[in-house]
Amino acid sequence: MSEEEVDQGRRRMLTVASAVTGGVGVAALAAPFVLSFKPSARARAVGAPVKVDISKVEMGSLLRVEWRGKPVFILRRSPAALATLPKVTEQLRDPESKKSIQPEFAQNDTRSLDPELVVLLGVCTHLGCAPAYLPEVGTPGADDELVAFLCACHGSKFDVSGRVFKAVPAESNLEVPPYRELGDGWLLIGDTSGAVA
Amino acid sequence: MSTGPSTQAPGRMARFGEWIDERLPVSSFWKAHVSEYYAPKNFNFWYYFGSLAMLVLVIQIVTGIFLTMNYKPSAAEAFASVEYIMRDVEWGWLIRYMHSTGASAFFIVVYLHMFRAMMYGSYRKPRELLWVIGMAIYLVLMAEAFMGYLLPWGQMSYWGAQVIVSLFGAIPVVGEGLAEWIRGDYFISDITLNRFFAFHVIALPLILLLLVVVHLAALHEVGSNNPDGIEIKKNKGPDGVPLDGIPFHPYYTVKDLVGTVVFLGVFFLVVFFAPEMNGLFLEHANFEPADRLKTPEHIAPVWYFTPFYAILRAVPDKLFGVILMGLAIALLFLLPWLDRSPVKSIRYRSPIAKLMLGLFALSFIGLGYFGLQPVTTVGTIASRLFTFVYFAFLLGMPWWSRLGTAKQEPERVTYESH
Repeated sequence: MSEEEVDQGRRRMLTVASAVTGGVGVAALAAPFVLSFKPSARARAVGAPVKVDISKVEMGSLLRVEWRGKPVFILRRSPAALATLPKVTEQLRDPESKKSIQPEFAQNDTRSLDPELVVLLGVCTHLGCAPAYLPEVGTPGADDELVAFLCACHGSKFDVSGRVFKAVPAESNLEVPPYRELGDGWLLIGDTSGAVA
Repeated sequence: MSTGPSTQAPGRMARFGEWIDERLPVSSFWKAHVSEYYAPKNFNFWYYFGSLAMLVLVIQIVTGIFLTMNYKPSAAEAFASVEYIMRDVEWGWLIRYMHSTGASAFFIVVYLHMFRAMMYGSYRKPRELLWVIGMAIYLVLMAEAFMGYLLPWGQMSYWGAQVIVSLFGAIPVVGEGLAEWIRGDYFISDITLNRFFAFHVIALPLILLLLVVVHLAALHEVGSNNPDGIEIKKNKGPDGVPLDGIPFHPYYTVKDLVGTVVFLGVFFLVVFFAPEMNGLFLEHANFEPADRLKTPEHIAPVWYFTPFYAILRAVPDKLFGVILMGLAIALLFLLPWLDRSPVKSIRYRSPIAKLMLGLFALSFIGLGYFGLQPVTTVGTIASRLFTFVYFAFLLGMPWWSRLGTAKQEPERVTYESH
């Protein structure tokens, strides 16, 4: 076949058509590999609720339990600690927890079912470190007694209800996981069936 | 390998060589890239770091292969298997310390290699792609180091990975899903460790090796720059060889051998006497196994990431901090097009350019220092100042690089025989 007889338009069309078909094939083949990166069925199944004995949590002390691989803080607050809640409002970024994640029953000052007992996800909403509970480690600067949780990674501060202060890197309050009281001093963390007080 | 007519019949070895060459281009490859690759004769101290980076790459690959023979990539066993390598495997401590020291050594030589390029304008035309490929190597190297750091499954491994992966969560809309996709779980878990292991030992080293080959291919196409920043190919002899060029072998192979010996001397001093470098190469908190419920009181990345980490911390906004940190690296890719100076080398550039480069180096070191320290008011202010200088250098380059008077470049490279 001589050069003159070549139908260049037809050749170009066929080249483009094969390239596109091949490209679609490659993309289709890539999909399973990309999707294999998502949490596996086993990883998704591990999210079962955790039953916690809270009868031995003393006033002012913090219990750490693991739920879905993340730390959950359970803190029994003294009346003195609860009294700081209205005082701190001015200094908070989201005092009414409007932009924060919590079950509906916890969107209040105490951010809890039982005002005394607060349950928080111990994951800083900035970059995911576990904040320190200051009464345990002592306040480094002692500059502010209203700060209850301090994230050592980037200095985010939270009050005793896990509400975030202004001018720190974290932008929302510590998350409150779904939980409910089972009675007899037992708590079920991670149950999404809501509050059954 | 003589090309002229020979009077004698070739010997057995020569005939074997010819037999090979007819089937595989061994001697022409050797000539093109080694024995007849002409490099400028005025290379100085700063030109050691390219070959040293390749040496460290070899050290990392060889020690890495031997580490995988005893390491277990599972959350339950990883920490103990590293201790096992350190205590029970014959010479395991040496292999592991060579690998951990090699990681820091890699960044030291790469940072010096990059600074060399910035001093002598080695990224300027026609070496733009050479620089861009080098930057890609640097990016892959950072990913490689980050993923490798998770493998011992210590406290810093765990929480470092937690923070870095969470950075992706700052991206609006898709961020959280992306972070989850990277982890393969809702937290840094066994699944994450396993996939980081796969990336660290197979995927990224393959990419790294490929990029190094491409980097060298680009270098040998355009030829090496030199401390005077002038093209030796402009002055060629009658034989087509640059007048200021000398064959890479034996001249620079021998020179690099000297560099190698000195480097290995220092390297093994560290391996034997200060492998932790007082927490700089191996952080203290990483000698505790990962604890999901408790973050160490002070966490910082390993030193080679701290300049960018300090930029992240200097910004009081999550998304903007991540963007600025990304830009600090991304803008470096654009250096060849940001620089508008009439001359390449710092030797002939204006005093303003010298000052700016000095300030840039100072801000990089300053950011690196404050990135290692806990958050303080002074540290934050200093980090913001250095961040400003860092970006002023890069973003202002199209303007300041044209200011001042540059000196006249010489016709031929400056060289004194010793």
